[in-house]
Amino acid sequence: MDISNIIKYKDLFYMISWREIKVKYKQSFMGILWALFMPIIIISAGILVKYSMSKVAGTQFSYKEIASVSIKAIPWSFFVSSIRFSTNSLTSNFSLVTKIKFPKIIFPLSSVFSQLIDFVIAASFMVIFLLILGYGFSAKSLFAIVLLAILIVYTIALSILLSAANLFFRDVKYIVEVVLTFAIFFTPVFYEVKLFGAWDKLLLLNPISPILECLNGCLVMDQFLYMEWVAYSAVFSFLLLLSSIKIFNKVEPMFAEYI
Amino acid sequence: MYDSLRDFIPALVKQAFKKSESDLLTSSEFWALRNISFSVAQGESVGIIGHNGAGKSTMLKHLNGIMKPTGGTITVNGKLSALIEIGAGFHPDLSGRENIFLNGTILGMSRAEIRRKFDEIVDFSGLEEFIDTPVKRYSSGMHARLGFSVAVHLEPDILVVDEVLSVGDYVFQKKGLDKMHSILKGGATVLFVSHNLRAVSDLCDRSLLLDHGRVLLDGPTHEVIDCYYQSDPYKKSGEDDKDVILKDILTYGANGEQNQFYEKEKLRLEVCVKGIKKVDKLSVCIYVQDDNNYSIFDTSTERLTKNSFSIDENEIKKHIFELELNLGPGTYHIGALIYRYDIQKTYDFLFPAKTIFVKSDRDARGAANLYPVLIEVP
Repeated sequence: MDISNIIKYKDLFYMISWREIKVKYKQSFMGILWALFMPIIIISAGILVKYSMSKVAGTQFSYKEIASVSIKAIPWSFFVSSIRFSTNSLTSNFSLVTKIKFPKIIFPLSSVFSQLIDFVIAASFMVIFLLILGYGFSAKSLFAIVLLAILIVYTIALSILLSAANLFFRDVKYIVEVVLTFAIFFTPVFYEVKLFGAWDKLLLLNPISPILECLNGCLVMDQFLYMEWVAYSAVFSFLLLLSSIKIFNKVEPMFAEYI
Repeated sequence: MYDSLRDFIPALVKQAFKKSESDLLTSSEFWALRNISFSVAQGESVGIIGHNGAGKSTMLKHLNGIMKPTGGTITVNGKLSALIEIGAGFHPDLSGRENIFLNGTILGMSRAEIRRKFDEIVDFSGLEEFIDTPVKRYSSGMHARLGFSVAVHLEPDILVVDEVLSVGDYVFQKKGLDKMHSILKGGATVLFVSHNLRAVSDLCDRSLLLDHGRVLLDGPTHEVIDCYYQSDPYKKSGEDDKDVILKDILTYGANGEQNQFYEKEKLRLEVCVKGIKKVDKLSVCIYVQDDNNYSIFDTSTERLTKNSFSIDENEIKKHIFELELNLGPGTYHIGALIYRYDIQKTYDFLFPAKTIFVKSDRDARGAANLYPVLIEVP
């Protein structure tokens, strides 16, 4: 998909994303509050885990732990819900995929975008929450923007790839479901990779790990962590995005026939 | 089509060992379209007709680029819009207003364009009072009307229409047809797929007849419609375990065998019956249904003559009915069956044995023709 296409279909992208957002909270009592609810659940679980760990280890449980769990849980919840949602984005729009001509990449993209709106809402509340807890912002905090950009690129890349794969093989959505359920154990959301000593490299291979670790570093610990691994994440995400788009465009003409 | 990896991997292996083009298809595959070549000039309107599964929709999907052909090329000059589905992307929870914007952008309009035409679209649909109601509360007719109204405001160079004019009530259908005429007058090229042959002959001078993925005929619409009626795929000729069979059913008019008639014209219906075994007390029943499958007429040899007939082994008997077509303009299907009244047994039946097309100069609807004449105009 070239640049002229993106501009040509910007209205369509806007409307499809708008539909996803609007429909998600229509006829629901809590409405947009659900955007906060999911991250709060993950954060509460994280606090529980952290609290038990400090009990077992006999260390002091601090507010710092709550802050770092929140900072990791919100981007994580964005990633998980984006992948879950976009994997089905092509198959759930069956009639549009088979009957109307436009770049189908709009579906995974708008799925991620609509989750991004939820993320922005949740993140704004988190910022307020952190300020209440007494965390200020330093120059290092600005680096969080770069980290989130990498996370978004990685999420989009995976979404594009998985949505197309699921169109051909419905196995994909089951695999994704299983992997996402257990992924929290392989990703440093409730813990820090340094807990694993020499084995930390293995965890950092997961492109999300350095991003979450470094986010925690910038915003809570006020230091840059694992910068070489962040660079690895950035390169990995970018290359994945390029190849995902390439693959997607290549298989797109087969969509209507194989869906 | 492979729905899971388990099916796909063996298929992939099989694919790898294939040798030539002739092996391209597996036993369950077939060519949806094959050896098709035609061109359409700017401003022309072409109808595409054919029985179910002839490849009409597949052809449209290729024309508008949703599918890529396995072989061959398609060249389209200009902005092409396809109306393959009415109300594409409509979301039941969103209001009519919101869905107009959604559907419009999906069909290729910009939001500014929709905003400009919004009042016109709503006005055309006639749904002003319900425009802020979620479309899940719409009736299916209203749903279709809203979708159709958005679609006809597209202003493309080339418009591809797939069986979408038959939505809404009569007034709305007429409105849709008028709109199509004005789109044509505006210089657009139209490709029109429909089973509504009246609409096809009304809109298109030229038509293509598709049959099993091939173009059977490309020519003036009335010739193509004639040919379409003769290529009846449902006609069967099994003599397997029947005692008596319907061999041939033919329709004749003043000019010999024909399918198109003018109102009030006489139709001669020949029904040939062949005996496989000797059977007594038979009668031939004929009936006529309109395009909505309402039975509008039936009779039988026994009811007309008060006599049954019997048939010998390998004997062929021909019954000739004469019918006066006091029918309104439209499409009618004639069916026939061989029946024995006393034991209520059907020996053979054929439906639609023949399809006929009745024309009239008067624009009136309905199966009954009351030959309306306006004798006083204020």
